[in-house]
Amino acid sequence: MNNVNDIVISTRIRLARNLKDYPFPCRLNTEQQSEILSKVKTALQEESKLKLIELDRINEVEAVALVERHLCSPEFISKQQNRGLFLSGDETVSIMVNEEDHIRIQVIMSGLDFEKAYAEADRIDNVLSTTLNFAFDNKLGFLTQCPTNLGTGMRASIMLHLPALTENRAIGRIAENLSKLGLTMRGLFGEGSEPRGAIFQLSNQVTLGIKEKEAIENLKNISMQLISQELAARENMLNNLAVKDRIYRSVGILKTARLMTNQEGIALLSNVALGSGILQNENVDLVNIYKIMTSIEPAMMMKRAGKKLAATERDELRATYLREQFANIQ
Amino acid sequence: MLCESCGKKNATTQIKTILNGELTEYHLCSGCAEKMGYGDLFSDFSFGFSNMLSSFFGNALPERSGLASCKMCGATFRDILNTGKVGCSQCYETFYKELLPSINRIHGNTSHNGKVPQISEEASEMQSLNAKIQDFEIQLQKAIEAQDFEQAAKLRDEIKEMKTKRGDL
Repeated sequence: MNNVNDIVISTRIRLARNLKDYPFPCRLNTEQQSEILSKVKTALQEESKLKLIELDRINEVEAVALVERHLCSPEFISKQQNRGLFLSGDETVSIMVNEEDHIRIQVIMSGLDFEKAYAEADRIDNVLSTTLNFAFDNKLGFLTQCPTNLGTGMRASIMLHLPALTENRAIGRIAENLSKLGLTMRGLFGEGSEPRGAIFQLSNQVTLGIKEKEAIENLKNISMQLISQELAARENMLNNLAVKDRIYRSVGILKTARLMTNQEGIALLSNVALGSGILQNENVDLVNIYKIMTSIEPAMMMKRAGKKLAATERDELRATYLREQFANIQ
Repeated sequence: MLCESCGKKNATTQIKTILNGELTEYHLCSGCAEKMGYGDLFSDFSFGFSNMLSSFFGNALPERSGLASCKMCGATFRDILNTGKVGCSQCYETFYKELLPSINRIHGNTSHNGKVPQISEEASEMQSLNAKIQDFEIQLQKAIEAQDFEQAAKLRDEIKEMKTKRGDL
């Protein structure tokens, strides 16, 4: 029997903040950028678990691998000078400095745990605001470079594995309805309109006029509805012999293949996660499968190898890595 | 430049994404960008904003703000229109009237209801310092008028010290 833990991968809170005395990032000169970075550094000096990664000191593969682990945005690594990422050792907290806003705090927690994610983001926000002057207006709230983030500056999101709703094609209709409720849903892996791995990210769109806790509650309630729809659809699906066959075949390929593209790997891993209840192996819980999905991304493979690799070399290394991961699964 | 997806409309949105382990940039029209769901965990629908602003104003900028520029950062309303990015916190005051309809359309609301930042120690220290300087300057004036030069000299030194602390000397 599947439950919530077989569907929710992680929950995330992101807060956008800017310093009052500086223009927004689109109008900053390099000197000002550098001042902001050092001010944030000073403000965070008591936070010993956060280490600063300066983008102009790491190579391209490492930078892309940060994006593949969803610790920062592609936009963030597109420029290197004066861009800093404060990252905690367990990678649950990441703070981008000098991206689309001066400061973006992100906290990710495994599973369904908005409360813990918000509490930590809120704590860091308070630490920063004891020494930094945030741009804030009583009417418009926290001021941001793009008005879509005004107010709380908070984006809450939940990452869900929805293979059954993808299979029965309900997902498109659901996504449309969600936008009417002020939420937005998008595929996580894959390019644009071709989501792979049936992993979706659901987040709040409205940030002005709503309290942080209300926005989170709203997102959580709708997620729970979506989760029960997925659970019901899975019930039917897992009784289907063709679906069971697909799950076991996926395990077979992951255990034996010698070349594996990223796309194929993610599709197979998604099948395995769907079958976690059937396979009855502690390694195939959703959070672990998602970690594997992230680690087979191209730059992550190159980071593992410690050098640049051509596509075929990556496919070979990926196949080897996946065989190791699935060696003990029957 | 035409949209790299439909090849018909003008590309107004630059999308940065990771493709096969490399940072890749696409130029898309906002319709295609939205349809294709770009991009990732981090994008905040900002590509729709420039479009939304343009649909309100077209090319006819409101006369006053069309010419005005922000005192803090120098941005004009046209800059904001073209980039979809607001220049600084002051811009929200300067172009409040122009921005408000779009803000309302995005959020369905125009009043903040969430967290208020804890005032920073530095800011509150600065505020009390400013108040103290003002107070001392009044006392200094009085001392001069009363020809109490000993007191005036003392006050002048203390003001000087506070101003140094404030960073303006």
